[in-house]
Amino acid sequence: MEINLIIGLSTLAIIKAAPLVFGALCGLLGERSGVINIGIEGMMLISAFTTFLGSALFNQWTGGIFPTNLSLLVGLFCGIASGALIAALHAVLSIHYKIDQVISGTVINLLAVGITNYVANVYIDPTHLSGVGVFPTIPIPILSDIPIIGPILFSHQPMIYLMFILVIFMQYLVFNTPMGLRMRSVGEHPRSADTVGIDVNRTRYINVILGGIFAGLGGAIMVLESVGRFQKLMTSGRGFIALAALIFGRWTSNGALGSALLFGFSEALGVRLQFGDLNHIKVIVIVSGLALLGLGLFLLIKKIKEKEINIKKYITILILIVLGFTIMVGSNYIKFPSISIPIEFLGLLPYILTIFVLTGFVRRAKGPAAAGIPYEKQ
Amino acid sequence: MKNNNIEPILKIENITKRFPGVLANDRICLDLYPQEIHCLLGENGAGKSTLMNIIYGLYTQDEGIIYVKGIEVEIKNPIDALRLGIGMVHQHFMLIPVMTVTENLMLGQEKTTGLKLGKLSKLDRSTVSAELQELASKYGLSVNPNAYIEDLSVGEEQRVEILKVLYKGAEILILDEPTAVLTPQETDEFFNILKLLVKQGKSIIFITHKLKEVLEIADRITVLRNGKTVGTTTPKETSMHKLAEMMVGREVLLNIEKGQPKPKEKVFEVSDLSVMDNRKINVVNGVSFFIRAGEIYGIAGVQGNGQKELVEALTGLRKAARGNVKLLGNDVTNEDARSLTLTGIAHVPEDRQKHGLVMGFSIDLNLILQTYFQSPFSNLGFINLDSIHENANQLVKKFDIRTPSIFTPVMSLSGGNQQKVIIARELNRPIQLLIVNQPTRGLDVGSIEFIHQQIIVARDKGVAVLLVSAELDEILSLSDRIGVMFNGKIVTEMNTSEADRAKLGFYMAGFSDEKMFHKE
Repeated sequence: MEINLIIGLSTLAIIKAAPLVFGALCGLLGERSGVINIGIEGMMLISAFTTFLGSALFNQWTGGIFPTNLSLLVGLFCGIASGALIAALHAVLSIHYKIDQVISGTVINLLAVGITNYVANVYIDPTHLSGVGVFPTIPIPILSDIPIIGPILFSHQPMIYLMFILVIFMQYLVFNTPMGLRMRSVGEHPRSADTVGIDVNRTRYINVILGGIFAGLGGAIMVLESVGRFQKLMTSGRGFIALAALIFGRWTSNGALGSALLFGFSEALGVRLQFGDLNHIKVIVIVSGLALLGLGLFLLIKKIKEKEINIKKYITILILIVLGFTIMVGSNYIKFPSISIPIEFLGLLPYILTIFVLTGFVRRAKGPAAAGIPYEKQ
Repeated sequence: MKNNNIEPILKIENITKRFPGVLANDRICLDLYPQEIHCLLGENGAGKSTLMNIIYGLYTQDEGIIYVKGIEVEIKNPIDALRLGIGMVHQHFMLIPVMTVTENLMLGQEKTTGLKLGKLSKLDRSTVSAELQELASKYGLSVNPNAYIEDLSVGEEQRVEILKVLYKGAEILILDEPTAVLTPQETDEFFNILKLLVKQGKSIIFITHKLKEVLEIADRITVLRNGKTVGTTTPKETSMHKLAEMMVGREVLLNIEKGQPKPKEKVFEVSDLSVMDNRKINVVNGVSFFIRAGEIYGIAGVQGNGQKELVEALTGLRKAARGNVKLLGNDVTNEDARSLTLTGIAHVPEDRQKHGLVMGFSIDLNLILQTYFQSPFSNLGFINLDSIHENANQLVKKFDIRTPSIFTPVMSLSGGNQQKVIIARELNRPIQLLIVNQPTRGLDVGSIEFIHQQIIVARDKGVAVLLVSAELDEILSLSDRIGVMFNGKIVTEMNTSEADRAKLGFYMAGFSDEKMFHKE
């Protein structure tokens, strides 16, 4: 039963992490090239909104003669386009007009809430505009039959696969291509980039707008792969958590995926516990065991990569892993008192984790040096 | 090197560049022959950097023509310049700290491997790193291609900068104040590199305001003043005095005139002081010395031997781990900066922009940073702007701070005037001890002269002065007694009359420890 619980939680964690990953990739492109983007939340909200409107209206106007998936694709396109458009606004404000980037981002957040709430109030709610549904789950043949890993990784809706592909691609792009090298140079020391003939502002425009496309995907996935329609304020802070994931992941694509999965897992846990069929205390014990196990494995991989030779460190890591495993297995043989945690507290989990992570772990994280500073050519 | 049969590799004619309100370059002419080191000398603001930025394509001239190898060229951006074989090493290094040497080298002209995907192809780090090593051994510029810039010393960073322009195929190297950040030892090594580069066929424009260096390294010298060419000469035809006069436009006192010190009672006494740096390593290790009223005690030493932490501990910016500090017989060890200031210690910090001034504040406010809470600047907790302005007007006049107004933010002042603001603030209080750390780094001859005079005036008034400097000439010409700091200790003390460059250099390198001579 534990294994099924963990498979279920992990699958849900990936689904919940996806919008965060897209949001974090948006932030990654911006900040790596020197433009802080605090407006990811707003960009995602607007994209979710246009995705819904695009798919629903397309479906309505064509009278439903096309397959659902086509309507959804039209919605996806609308979401991406509006993400890019709003990002372009952010770029113009912060690069061309050199407005403080935090203010420009805040403007976008406020604008997004205003526009979407207004249109929802005057148009979507009164007309009872209904959604067209969501993308179907497409299990990957053969791979999805692998036990444990199969259902967790290879039995998802299409945009989840897209997310994994984009994370890998972005990791490659940022650290192994001329485009990535230039992006990072512009975000770290724009003047030296300028002296070797790189157009600083052009690079920043390109990256911020590309980032908008990612934010668009992040907004779209909430409509197209989970809720199926637009709800007011539906991003509920995910854009900000995405930013936290980016920072916690030390401004790398892989790191952002890892931390987004952590946040996604806490959200999944909160959701799953609300069903009421599980003993809350027991689940929490199992999850802490899993956390110890995960931490142990993470450190083990890191130390092996660093070619650590100190045996003592490996012993500590081994103790972590064994302890985690023991807790998970041992929890089967203990009878836990059935105490229920109120639903409201469970919903808070990802936010509490965000605060915890931001205050506890990322104090020393150092981002791109020139992020937030408009470039002046002397 | 001047030979009428050889065509200049670079020739500029009547370059004029205007900025709003300023004529930065006024019909400047300059020619550079192959395998020549041509020094461009001038005070800060004389138009040297503007001229070089025009040649490198960062600015465009309003008038005038540039010829490269006899052909008229138009240089619109750095890429054009590099294509013409012109490379520039900027005064503030243009390297990206979080990237490796290899990555910095390829930036802008990336080599790729594998699939041809334009800007999305895979970077070819190994080829570039191999090319880098080949280049490095050819010019004797050893450097680890995989090291991150932030882990390198200043001298190494400079080598990377030079390798960068060489890698991009530069034949003409423009070096903007390359020695401003180097220690004497590093400078000597740097000059050897330059000589090797010239031997290998490169031509160099060397911008500086250090007269001694010009005479040592230049084949020809062109002096700029106020955006105009004053003249071109050779080291043989000229002297330090003549050059200084050309630069400043009047006679300059290069050797400071100072009377015999009349030291009185001990004002300041440091005994067995140890200080840790941010990594919790003891970098000052049992330092003891004293300073008497009316004398200048100079601490010489290669940078990074604990001077920074010592000064911070003496001025209340860092806690001492051991030992004690006495001012006029009172124990002031580990007191905070404000109480030390009020007891009569003045501090001219090493990094004037970071620790000496609030860059965004105007001059008048920077002049009261330590005394704003005292009368007359403040009454009952309210700031009295009138007296602040009056104070500023007086000090601007007295210390010859060149500024449009006392309300100008200090960040728009030149380095020399910024330093004058600090000196004015520190010397205008009743003080017993003046601590100055690298007081003239990066300043022009005129400002250096003024600041040196002010330090001597303070001494003659009976102030005890602690001078910390990496410039041996400064130590030798100002100090009455000299301590040499090495590895966190004062390894020797001597009177200035017994000291010379060679002797100090010997102690600065840590006695006869040969390893230290080759340490980078």
